[in-house]
Amino acid sequence: MIGNIRELLKAHEGLRREVYLDIENSSMVPKEVVDAMLPYFNQHAYGNPTLTHKLGWEAFETIMESSQKVATFLGCKTLEEVSFTPGETEANNLALIGTAFSMKDKGKKIVISEVEPLSVLHVTDLLNKYGFTTVKIPVDGEGLINLEKLREAVDKDTILVSLSAVNHEIGTIQPVKEALEIVKDKNSKVIFHTDASDAYGKIPFNVLDLNVDLATISSYKILGPRGIGVLYVKEGVHMDRILEGQIGTQKLWPGVENTPLIVGFAKASELAFQNFEENMNHMRRLRDKLIDGIIGKIQDVKLNGPKGDKRASDNVNISFLRCEGEALTIELSLNGVYVSSGSACTRRLLQPSHVLIAIGRKFVEAHGSILMKVTRYHTEEDIDYVLEVIPKAVERIRGIVGSMEVK
Amino acid sequence: MSRAPLPYNPKILELFRNPKNLGKMENATVSAVAGNPSCGDMIIFYLKINDKDVIEKASFESYGCAANIATSSIVTEMIKGMKLEDAWEISWKSVVKAVGGLPSVKFHCGILAVGALKRAIRAYYKNKGTSPNWLPKEQTFEEKQALEEEELAEILSKRMKAEEEK
Repeated sequence: MIGNIRELLKAHEGLRREVYLDIENSSMVPKEVVDAMLPYFNQHAYGNPTLTHKLGWEAFETIMESSQKVATFLGCKTLEEVSFTPGETEANNLALIGTAFSMKDKGKKIVISEVEPLSVLHVTDLLNKYGFTTVKIPVDGEGLINLEKLREAVDKDTILVSLSAVNHEIGTIQPVKEALEIVKDKNSKVIFHTDASDAYGKIPFNVLDLNVDLATISSYKILGPRGIGVLYVKEGVHMDRILEGQIGTQKLWPGVENTPLIVGFAKASELAFQNFEENMNHMRRLRDKLIDGIIGKIQDVKLNGPKGDKRASDNVNISFLRCEGEALTIELSLNGVYVSSGSACTRRLLQPSHVLIAIGRKFVEAHGSILMKVTRYHTEEDIDYVLEVIPKAVERIRGIVGSMEVK
Repeated sequence: MSRAPLPYNPKILELFRNPKNLGKMENATVSAVAGNPSCGDMIIFYLKINDKDVIEKASFESYGCAANIATSSIVTEMIKGMKLEDAWEISWKSVVKAVGGLPSVKFHCGILAVGALKRAIRAYYKNKGTSPNWLPKEQTFEEKQALEEEELAEILSKRMKAEEEK
């Protein structure tokens, strides 16, 4: 097994350029963020923040300062509204299960959309096994949630609505504020959660403006370290813990706080929000260059998700017809372009991306989809290189399909 | 839905990068398809068979992942010069072995390749109007599996249509 991997890696030797665009699934951590984290492993604040000694107090001070930074960027009223968790998955689990547990006597209905990430979708499957019921709101061809169906779905029995602020696969910016108003108008007791992992640092996003009850954000999606995320919990909103143990500074997540990762997340936030407008414009420019370049150079392609201002600044998702996605990702990798696909072949089951199916793409369109996200670190030259590699890769894979009819 | 790491071996990588016997064969004696693009997995084999029932030439086209391409390509290599009776004996396990092993989630690629081969052999005798006594009437494991995958694709796309109409 390990021998195979080594050979696969060897096949990548001598590449002229490498461009990593798979920010959806993991990211590189910039040097500034790593440098900010390093002292906290062995020089400073490595104590437990709840203990009465210097290193503990240092940790406490550091965690408070980091919480304050994230709280400011998110638009929180107080830093107590920020709860660190080990990531987006855990924050979404906490939001949904914690709310369902604490509200179980008030109702049993949960409302989500068809295009939520798996850490929402699969958690509702779990909750359904324990007596809750979940309604999934459909989306239109660009991935926008149907607000009329949302209005119909929310009733007296509804306890929780969870709708992501930006779709993680196709970059659709959702009308969270309108959705929340509709929901609260139908039933003011409903807890409104949004997974904002693809909004924070990528589009203007502020919890106070939106007035959501709960919001998830993730560190690696803004080029912070993996293993850390935040659940924003609005002051006055109660929820149960889903894990028990030693509770320290994080009232909703037991265990010893990981100070270096918390520092890394705060630093990554600082970098994302420094020159925010400039960063966004840079990403938008590269995003559109990539989209327009692919559509202009290659036949039989389809953009998944909306265009322009309705789309997150970083997201590119394109279906290459007559082209199977897994084969394409490998061919691209061998040429130094690292992306992911919504093809079923990269998963264990035969079903491709649920998001692409929800917007009405056919299976073959979903199998041939490629997801890319640009960052402020990518350059025009990176995109030029990607636009040189993709057409050749698509041509080669389509050459293997040859004369077969793919419908 | 979960993902599995796919540490493809050097043989598969080589066949993916430089597939052998790729492309449509214009003067093929017989061809056969297996799989369904809805599953992200479809192959076609073209066989040139002489009057002594020997495969003189084989080629393929594939819509699928690297494992699908590699297993199809290796089958065309394995059967070249073989008598149909011997080609019939090739099992999916021997195909997996010939490509140096496959991740278990990709076993179905080997199965699909053998399914297509067996279909081609059956089609050849059907066209010829004869049936040698070594050719079983009932479907083999690989043929059944190929059929099952195709039916699954049908079910999934029907389900999708039903969802749309809701």
